[in-house]
Amino acid sequence: MTQAQDIMGRDPMVSGSQIQWWRRKSHRRYINMAIIYLLVLPGAVIFLMPLLWMLSTSLKESKQIFANPPIWIPNPVVWSNFSDGWSAYLPFNTLLVNSTLITLNNIVGNLFSCCLAAFGFARLRARGRSILFGLVLATMLLPNEVLIIPQYVLFTRITQFLKPWWEFYTPNGILWMRYLSWLPLMVPPWFGFPFFIFLLRQFFLTIPLDLDEAARLDGASSWRILVQILIPLTKPALATVIIFAFIGNWNNFLMPLIYIRAQKEQVLAVGLNQFRGQFGHVDFHYMMAVSLIVLAPVLVVFLLGQRLFVQGIALTGIKG
Amino acid sequence: MSVQAAASPPRRKQKTLQKREERDFWFAIMPWFLGLFLFTGGPVLASLVFSFTDWTGLNFSEFIGFRHYRDLLTDDFVFWETVYNTFYYTFGSVLLGTIGALFVALLLNQRMPGTYVLRLIYYLPSIASGVAISILWIWLFNPTVGLVNFLLVKLLPIESGPAWLASQTWSKPALILKSTWGIGANMIIILAGLQGIPVSLYEAAKIDGASVFKEFRHVTIPMLSPVLFFVIVISTINAFQILTDVLVMTQGGPGTSTYMLVYYIYQNAFIYLKMGYASALAWILFTLIMLLTLLQLWGSRRWVYYEGEAKG
Repeated sequence: MTQAQDIMGRDPMVSGSQIQWWRRKSHRRYINMAIIYLLVLPGAVIFLMPLLWMLSTSLKESKQIFANPPIWIPNPVVWSNFSDGWSAYLPFNTLLVNSTLITLNNIVGNLFSCCLAAFGFARLRARGRSILFGLVLATMLLPNEVLIIPQYVLFTRITQFLKPWWEFYTPNGILWMRYLSWLPLMVPPWFGFPFFIFLLRQFFLTIPLDLDEAARLDGASSWRILVQILIPLTKPALATVIIFAFIGNWNNFLMPLIYIRAQKEQVLAVGLNQFRGQFGHVDFHYMMAVSLIVLAPVLVVFLLGQRLFVQGIALTGIKG
Repeated sequence: MSVQAAASPPRRKQKTLQKREERDFWFAIMPWFLGLFLFTGGPVLASLVFSFTDWTGLNFSEFIGFRHYRDLLTDDFVFWETVYNTFYYTFGSVLLGTIGALFVALLLNQRMPGTYVLRLIYYLPSIASGVAISILWIWLFNPTVGLVNFLLVKLLPIESGPAWLASQTWSKPALILKSTWGIGANMIIILAGLQGIPVSLYEAAKIDGASVFKEFRHVTIPMLSPVLFFVIVISTINAFQILTDVLVMTQGGPGTSTYMLVYYIYQNAFIYLKMGYASALAWILFTLIMLLTLLQLWGSRRWVYYEGEAKG
């Protein structure tokens, strides 16, 4: 983990006796640096270009979109593309609320079930533990497609069965679960997600077991150990899980596509694709504007949690 | 006597503590354990059963044995097209993705001003995935006014760029190109691997008078090989399951040039409602992924070097 932590760190990574070339003050150093910049900078520009082009298109007048050669700085800057695109064709406000509710529920559900399971696998000794953990790893490798069809059959049966009761007892849905069609999206996260269980377990394992044992001697229960000792010490790991869960659920496209039929129950990802299907070949400025709004939370979360991301990826990559 | 009296209660306490720990373990993993049966184990079995029936999702039907598998392998020419397309895409995106990520990671492994920001820039696109980004690439790949073709015409001595998503020949390369934009995650994993290589090895190489390329060939590559292997396996599995890009950007077209396995499963299951046929397809996909992974595992013995392993 220490390895993973300083990947993006700014502190010097090598403290050997030999001075590395990039710390030597010589011509050689500057030549090397120039070569590397020369190779890396154009690539970075190309990598940034699509997103900048997205921003630029989203602020253009419709006349300027198809200009050749392309115009980078829109003139005039049309801020109203965002509000117009958002309100023009689809009830995007509703979709935003739907996406938010589903994503929040799934993050909380994942945190709950995965923390518990990871705690069990990392800290509590029991017979059969390693075999069960092997099952976690095995299900991680199972492709989603094998599961989607039978799950679809299962969930459509259950929702059909629940329908009369649901509408009778819950005129506005139970709490945040407004619509019956959301069940297949919102229930499974409460039953664990192998990748997160694996990730959290790896983090829990880095905390000395002595802490648990000391607390246990003082009479603390397992749950207290989890809530008062482990969770406060693994905040970065939890944040990593939250970020991954956020992006995964926010971008989830296939599940809402197959389960949700009604427009008012739909989520942003699918709405965006419907928007493209209807108006995708002309109104690129609206499309880029709305896409940018949908993408914005992901970009913000990324910039806020960059370090955690990198840790998470490097950890799973190396220890996996 | 007093020693015994003092020793026995803690032992009993130990026993109850152990029991309690075991009970807590089961409580802790219970949500996952239930989910394993409800949402994973059960469906896997059901899917296997479906694949031997003619089920449409509405009513039960008789077992038809291996007919779906036989039809798929002998009769269905679209299936073979999807297999070809999927392998084409997987090979291209894994090859470019791994080499690209390795190249960028090697360059950004240096301590220079600005590398932190550069790493972020290269990493950002791999996070920005989903429908919004697929739509962005439709716009970038526009044959006449798209940014990609504009740059190509500027940089290369050609009159006009390819039609990308509108062309049978260029639609798969377009998807590969888009996937190459997301090499950032692989780059981070490789960077972590690079930083795990002991500096002493490079020092030893330097003392022996090794050139930069020899150093790369005989120190970096062997020491990095487990990480590279991991990256290749994971990218292969991911690339094999490409779906969102196909659904949003091409819908399998033009023609059948971007029909991918998972897209074909999706179509059969949810458009044509041929659940049985789609389940058989899903199992073929699963088998292919397993075979590919095993093949890579077998091949890895020739080039992957594990330090912990004793070499005769």
